[in-house]
Amino acid sequence: MASSEIAVSVDQVVKRYGSVTALHGVSLDIRENEFFTLLGPSGCGKTTLLRAIAGFEDVTEGHIRLKGQDLIDQPPFKRPVNTVFQQYALFPHMSVTENVMFGLLRKSWSRQEAERRAQDVLELVQLSDFAKRKPGQLSGGQQQRVALARALAPRPEVLLLDEPLSALDLKLRQAVRMELKAIQRETGIAFIFVTHDQEEALTMSDRIAVMSAGHVQQVGSPREIYETPVNRFVADFIGETNLLDVQVLSVTGGVAQVLMPGNRNFKCPAAAVVNAGPGHLSVRPERISVCAEAAGDLSATVTGHTYLGTDIQLHVKLVDGEAMSVRLQNAETTLMPETGAVVGLSLEAGAARLLAD
Amino acid sequence: MAAGAPMGAGNSSRIYKGSGWKLLFPSWIIIGIFLLAPVLMMGVYSFLTKEFRGGVIWQFSLDAYDQFFFDRGLFGDEPPRLEWTYIGIFWRSIWQAGLATLACLLIGFPTAWFIATRDPKSRSTWLFLVTIPYWVNLLIRTVSMKFLIRDTGPLNEFLLSIGVIDAPLGLINTNFAVQLGLFYSYLPFMVLPIYAAVERYDFSLSEAAADLYAGRWTILRLVILPVVKPGIVAGCILVFVPSLGAFLAPDLLGGAKTFMIGSLIEEQFKGNAGNWPFGAAASMILLTIVMCVLLVYARNQNKVEAR
Repeated sequence: MASSEIAVSVDQVVKRYGSVTALHGVSLDIRENEFFTLLGPSGCGKTTLLRAIAGFEDVTEGHIRLKGQDLIDQPPFKRPVNTVFQQYALFPHMSVTENVMFGLLRKSWSRQEAERRAQDVLELVQLSDFAKRKPGQLSGGQQQRVALARALAPRPEVLLLDEPLSALDLKLRQAVRMELKAIQRETGIAFIFVTHDQEEALTMSDRIAVMSAGHVQQVGSPREIYETPVNRFVADFIGETNLLDVQVLSVTGGVAQVLMPGNRNFKCPAAAVVNAGPGHLSVRPERISVCAEAAGDLSATVTGHTYLGTDIQLHVKLVDGEAMSVRLQNAETTLMPETGAVVGLSLEAGAARLLAD
Repeated sequence: MAAGAPMGAGNSSRIYKGSGWKLLFPSWIIIGIFLLAPVLMMGVYSFLTKEFRGGVIWQFSLDAYDQFFFDRGLFGDEPPRLEWTYIGIFWRSIWQAGLATLACLLIGFPTAWFIATRDPKSRSTWLFLVTIPYWVNLLIRTVSMKFLIRDTGPLNEFLLSIGVIDAPLGLINTNFAVQLGLFYSYLPFMVLPIYAAVERYDFSLSEAAADLYAGRWTILRLVILPVVKPGIVAGCILVFVPSLGAFLAPDLLGGAKTFMIGSLIEEQFKGNAGNWPFGAAASMILLTIVMCVLLVYARNQNKVEAR
């Protein structure tokens, strides 16, 4: 890939607070015009990394480059990146327009031009009618849009978003996701989005970096992350999965031959680093179907059901006592086994994946 | 309340309904006896005739106000000319109080900022340190200040001994000494309200401003100061108002040239030489000035909120 397509390059960044290491040599390339998400549980270092890019945190080691230019020695007010804060951090004593114009006036735009730009950006986030209000007179969703408009107004090279949707209620959050994605497309700048919500990450991102304990575990498209996780952490964190203890017999050309619980043989794709011996098989609950006991890849006893609306979750127990969950569509044609029934479970080809620890 | 504003407590919740004003009965009594009645008495006294041994004769008279504003010559038979003496004293007092307020603000704001940005555990220690001197009576503190800065006091002796100065600074009985006294007396009244405002300040606002290309001074001027302004204004009022009426600091640390309103009023009620109606009139005029300052502030505040 040509280097001109890279918007932000994070190069071996280490961040230590005293004896605690928040980032262990993280390297990432964020492309231009990309919706890039840093996803991970709280304390994984995603917010620290975002704040390091914004310039609020010094890094202990490493470099952060914006279009090839090293940012490390630049204070936040000299970096051409803008941030949407988690609690919005709107200036309470200024009107919506004044908030949006703040960055423009600091960059010595004329008042007239700044006002025109503010109008345009407020139109983009559909807040033109509220321009004269104070932030205290707006709802949470409207404040979130003001924060977005304020950060977009100075035309940053990259927009940083620190869990901007976490303060909104569910319905609003779902609506704003699509809007945010549309605005990213329209403005054509790279968004770096921090969240702990995997659904948010999967629905909006072009690419996701899954982080845990100060390391990047995997970088890829939502489909890659979900369908071909590289390790147990990623498989477990993204979506729901069953992790089965299996015996790996052989791995050749990315395909593994494994012995399932109950001693049936099974062939599945493997993450590159798996060796023969004990291993973990990840199976998504919605990629399993129920069949006759003898025909399945696994034999299991049904222990219960949970009604989920669109789906019904089937709780089953394998012969070795391991619990699994299976998702069946809530349709009239779906055959629903009774509790206590012994059934076979068949795994779709490619649905199961052998993982490194 | 503006549309979309968060619901304020106490306007519709049934928890706040009921006859709460009955509970205020003790407060009304205290306010009535110790606040309204004295002010009313002073107002009435200022329109009475003076008794030469101190006290008043119950006879209506405008002499006190007349004496304050007009000069009618030694025997009171000349045409009235504007009397500048007392207006001058008032003007000087306002100026002194203003300077003291400014000094308290310049020292108090960084102090409050420092305390509010320590970790929560050590904040109370710092606040405690600021308030410790105020456990000592104001009179004793002011007298101590006099001993500290007089020509033969420790400050001058120390500076002489290390050779910074050749002769004592002659601080006592100057405007500077009065300033020092006022500043020292009222500094915590500036620190505490500003501290309360800064403690509530959301530092992500500073980050947001820095993110939007504002340097440190711009952040202070455009974000921090406007947001903590209520604390600053409260501190300024709390320092300005008592400084304006102060008489201990000007009496003990100042001289004839630093005579302030407080001393003028005090003199009218001291011993047999006083003039009670004139003292009361001067107090009423002082009260009017203070009320005007507060009203202008309150009106400004309303305008800001209504915008």
